[in-house]
Amino acid sequence: MSGAVPWDAGRAQEIIAAHLGLEGPALPILHALQHEFGHVPEVAVPQLAEALNISRAEMHGVVTFYHDFKREPQGRHVLKICRAESCQSMGAEKMALDFLARLKLDWGKTTPDGALTVEAVYCLGLCAHSPSAMLDDEPLGRVDGAKLDELAQEARSA
Amino acid sequence: MTKMYIPRDMAALAMGAKKVVAAVQKEAAARGLDVEIVRNGSRGMLWLEPLVEVETPAGRVGYGNVTAADVPALFDAGFLSGGEHKSSIGLVEQHPYFARQQRVTFQRCGRIDPVSYAEYTANGGYKGLDRAFSIGPAATIAEIAASGLRGRGGAGFPTGVKWKTVADCPGDKRYVVVNADEGDSGTFADRMIMEGDPLSLIEGMTICGFAVGSDKGYVYLRAEYPIAAQIFAEALVAARAAGALGKQVRGSDFSFDIELRMGAGAYVCGEETSLLESLEGKRGIVRAKPPLPAHVGLFGKPTVVNNVLSMATAPMILADGGAAYYAYGMDRSRGTIPLQIAGNVKHGGLFEAPFGLTLNEIVNDIGGGARSGRPVRAVQVGGPLGAYLPVSLFETRFDYEAYTKVNSLIGHGGLVVFDDTVDMSWMARFAMEFCAIESCGKCTPCRIGSIRGVETIDKIRAGENVAANIDLLKDLC
Repeated sequence: MSGAVPWDAGRAQEIIAAHLGLEGPALPILHALQHEFGHVPEVAVPQLAEALNISRAEMHGVVTFYHDFKREPQGRHVLKICRAESCQSMGAEKMALDFLARLKLDWGKTTPDGALTVEAVYCLGLCAHSPSAMLDDEPLGRVDGAKLDELAQEARSA
Repeated sequence: MTKMYIPRDMAALAMGAKKVVAAVQKEAAARGLDVEIVRNGSRGMLWLEPLVEVETPAGRVGYGNVTAADVPALFDAGFLSGGEHKSSIGLVEQHPYFARQQRVTFQRCGRIDPVSYAEYTANGGYKGLDRAFSIGPAATIAEIAASGLRGRGGAGFPTGVKWKTVADCPGDKRYVVVNADEGDSGTFADRMIMEGDPLSLIEGMTICGFAVGSDKGYVYLRAEYPIAAQIFAEALVAARAAGALGKQVRGSDFSFDIELRMGAGAYVCGEETSLLESLEGKRGIVRAKPPLPAHVGLFGKPTVVNNVLSMATAPMILADGGAAYYAYGMDRSRGTIPLQIAGNVKHGGLFEAPFGLTLNEIVNDIGGGARSGRPVRAVQVGGPLGAYLPVSLFETRFDYEAYTKVNSLIGHGGLVVFDDTVDMSWMARFAMEFCAIESCGKCTPCRIGSIRGVETIDKIRAGENVAANIDLLKDLC
């Protein structure tokens, strides 16, 4: 996502240290790392394991369990399209698959220019405005193919 | 000075509320008019969002589906004094959709500034906690039990029993955890409370903390709700600043504070034991029960895990008494249920009513039928783990036990409407696919079974040994 900086172990250590006073700090730390660096790389795992006093295997298990913690940098923008039932009731499945086909992308992949990652999401709580989507942190209701194309174009030219 | 309300609710934002706010500010400045814009929660008439409300001597007048482009014309029409415009819906609280409801949990949602402690208390807020303080913990739990309140997260477990179990546990550390991992499609009531009346959740948690003897609460909120996270965090700051959270809550000798924690896109964390694992910083894997979280919960301590709505209803129950809440509803389903009407439906939104409405009333009468204008085929009630009810079951009353009788469950009260173009076998396949993606992997029937479910439904869809495969699928479920 836009604003992410390259991985920096020193900065990561500061972020980890700032959260160690919390009860069960793992998720808050992972969120903070992901926010800062746009992803949580493999090199973070031993560093986190040491700080939290758990094994690397356990830490790896935590990082990889949650869909939202990314192992690699994402596109500059992330477009999440809802695939859940309410959006499907308004034709979201076909809309999304057609859109992905136009971009020649699969779910979870990024355009070759690194501008846009397209992800499936299972409900944004915008079920009275299906189909719904979210571009970075901006929620979008009643989207259609044309709107998705417009968003993709804006994201890729920005 | 004119007071105006434009929601900061995520659904309103998704329909362009931010641009409307900017356009109103710009137009008001250009015309030299003094307008105060309150960013309220949603009234729940979601199909009208963004719903702009203007305060007039007669009451709040609404303008529905306002776009930024409409704004100059609205000023021309004199909307600051409630003037007529094509988007007018008249007095908001007299709109039939709103007037038909009995709002208890959502009594303030959409009416007040969600992060204003002063507005919250001016509208009945903190009467519940003050009463709890005056009657003591045991009598507080007795009020919750007398209300008949059952968990609004899906399972419908009596809230009073849960609180009493935790209060009766030995030891001096207990936790209050709110499950705001509202992951099922067709649900948005938790989100609306956290965005529209977050202080009711904070007060409810504080009442619970006082009742069970806990000084620490956590709200576990799903990451898909960034706006709710922001507004709830602002409400926590407002509550602390007013002395309603922290040491010596509202001048008492009771201390309590709340921390907001974000999930990370794991559906299974909506299940209470995996939620607790996740809060502890582990993989969100379900725990075997017993022990119940009430006995051995967060960090091994006795823990109340309640849904947002159950907790946000506690202030009203304490303020007005358990009997007042019990008076709503039917049989063993007491009180009100905030229905969430969604999917292919004309009037999608939140409708709070006592238990007992039929699906026909909810979908066709209140919801206005399918948005596509085609006949309704089915309604999914209770999310992916609930059921699809066909039109032939539309006379079923909305009630925990009545739904159990038709082999279904009301769950959280979320309803997703489908018209007759829906491919039901595809939706069944999707349910299995979703479970396969979101399985935490601990138990074989779910980890392997949902994959086999997808394969079996694919065979049925392809016409392969249909009868035998349907039997196999039934056995699998």
